[in-house]
Amino acid sequence: MAGSITVCCLPELENNMIEKIEACNIIKRYNSGFALECSLSLQKGVLYTIVGPNGSGKSTLLKIMGLLDRPDSGSVTYLNKDSSVLNPQNDIHLRRKVVLVPTRAALFNETVFDNVAYGLRLRKAGRKAIEGKVMKSLNEVGLTRHKDAHAYELSSGEAQRLALARALVLDPDALLLDEPTASLDPDSTRLIEDIIMKKVRNSGKITVMVTHNLNQAKALADSVIFMYKGKIMELADPDVFFSKPATESAQQFVFGEIY
Amino acid sequence: MDFLLNSLSKAFHLIIALDPELLGIVMLSFKVSGLAIIISAAAGLFITLALDLRDFTGKKVIVTMINTFMGLPPVVAGLTLYLILSRSGPLGFLNLLYTPSAMVIVQAILATPIIAGLSYAAVVSADPSLRFTAYTLGATPFQATVKIMKNVRYSVLASVLAGLGRILAEVGAVLIVGGNIAGYTRVMTTAIALEADKGDFELAVALGIILLLIAFALNGLLFYFQRKGK
Ligand SMILES: Nc1ncnc2c1ncn2[C@@H]1O[C@H](COP(=O)(O)OP(=O)(O)O)[C@@H](O)[C@H]1O
Ligand SMILES: [Mg+2]
Repeated sequence: MAGSITVCCLPELENNMIEKIEACNIIKRYNSGFALECSLSLQKGVLYTIVGPNGSGKSTLLKIMGLLDRPDSGSVTYLNKDSSVLNPQNDIHLRRKVVLVPTRAALFNETVFDNVAYGLRLRKAGRKAIEGKVMKSLNEVGLTRHKDAHAYELSSGEAQRLALARALVLDPDALLLDEPTASLDPDSTRLIEDIIMKKVRNSGKITVMVTHNLNQAKALADSVIFMYKGKIMELADPDVFFSKPATESAQQFVFGEIY
Repeated sequence: MDFLLNSLSKAFHLIIALDPELLGIVMLSFKVSGLAIIISAAAGLFITLALDLRDFTGKKVIVTMINTFMGLPPVVAGLTLYLILSRSGPLGFLNLLYTPSAMVIVQAILATPIIAGLSYAAVVSADPSLRFTAYTLGATPFQATVKIMKNVRYSVLASVLAGLGRILAEVGAVLIVGGNIAGYTRVMTTAIALEADKGDFELAVALGIILLLIAFALNGLLFYFQRKGK
C-alpha cells in the first residue's frame, strides 16, 4: 500500500526530461585494485569533457552514470527541471533516456538503416516515424547514401559516425560519448567534431564526452573534468584548466608527462 | 558390373516414373524429419536463449551435457525411447511404439542437442561488445540476447541444417522405435536397410540416390550460410 502512494507522488518519467544527473559518493572497486571514488553533478546545456590518463576510470564513471553498471556504494540520481528525483520502478525506462556511445561500438550485422532504427524499434516507434527519424539522422552524419549498405562494409570513420547516428536518433536527455574519435584519422575526427559542435553542443541536453585528444577537449568543452586514479581531481573552465592546472597530476597530464 | 548398371538404371526408372511406393517412403521421411526439425529447432533455440540470457550455477554442466549429447549414438537414443515407450515402460500406456510419432520424438531428441550446441557456440563466440552495445541503445537482457542471436543468424541456420542432415541420414533410432512397417513407419534409411537385406536393390538404390542428393543440397546450403556468417 505504502509503495503505491510513493509511486503516485513521484513525477511521471514519460513527461519529465532529465535535466540534471547527480552522482554522489560513488565507489566502484575492481579486483585489480582499481577503485573509482567520486561525486559529480552534470547540468543540461553544458558540454563536459572528461580527460585523464588511461585507466583513470573515465569509462567506468560513464557506465555508472548511464545505468549500465552499478556502483558498490553511493547513488546516481536523475532530476527533472524542478529538481525532483526521477526514480522509475524499472530502470529500463530511465536507461532509455540516457544513451552511451561506447568506444568503438559494435555494429549489428544488418544494413546501416536498420542499425540506426534499432533503438527506435526497442522504444516501439511507428514505422513512419522510424523512417523519418532515421533518414534525418543519417543526413546529419553524412551517411544518407550508405543507408542500404551493410554496416560491416563501412570504413572506421563511417562506422563511428553510424554509432553516433544510432544514439542521436533517440534524442536522449543525456548523451554520454566515450572517446568518439579514438583511433580515427584527422579527416574522420574533424567530421565527428563537426557533428558534435552542430548537433550535440546546441541540443541543450546533458552531454559528456570522454576524450584523449586534448586539443579536442580545449576546442569543444564548456567544462573540463580531469580524472586521475579513479578520482575527479579538477572540474574547471577549459581556458583555466589548460593554462593553469591546479593539481600536480593535472599539470603533468597537460604538459604530456603522463598519459 | 552388369548387375550394378542394371540396378542403377532400374533405380532411375523408379525415380523418373515417380513410383508410388518410393514416393510414399520419401514423403514419410520428409514428414517425420520435417516435424522433428521444427520441434528441435524451437527447443534448441529456446535452450540457446536461456543459456545466454544470464549466468546461473550449473550452466557449465548443462553445456557439457549438451555437447556430449551432440554425439549421442542413434541406436542408444532409439533403445532408450523403446524401453520408455514399450508396453511395460513408464510411458507404455501412450501406445506410441511403432508409430511415426515415436520416430518424430526420437529424431527430435537427436537433433535438439546439435542445434542447441552449435547455435550456443555461435552466440558465445560473437563479439562480446554486441551485448553491451545493445544495452546502451535501450535493450533489456532478453532483447540483447535476441539481438546477438540475430547477429549470428547464419550460424544458427547452419546448426538447424546440420541437425536435419543428421536425422535424415539416421537409421538405428527410427528402426528401433518405428519398426519399419511398410506404408506406415518405413522411411528412406530403414527401407534401404531392409531392401538391401532382401537382395532387392532397385528401390534401395533409388532411395540411396535421393538421400545422396538431399545430402548434397543440405551441404551446399550449409556452406552458403557458413560463408555468409563470416
Ligand atoms: N569490468 C572490469 N573488470 C575489472 N577491471 C576493470 C573492468 N573495467 C575496467 N577495469 C579496470 O578499471 C580501471 C579503469 O578502467 P576504465 O574506466 O576503462 O579507464 P579509462 O576509461 O579511464 O581508460 C582500469 O585499471 C581497468 O583495467
Ligand atoms: Mg576508457
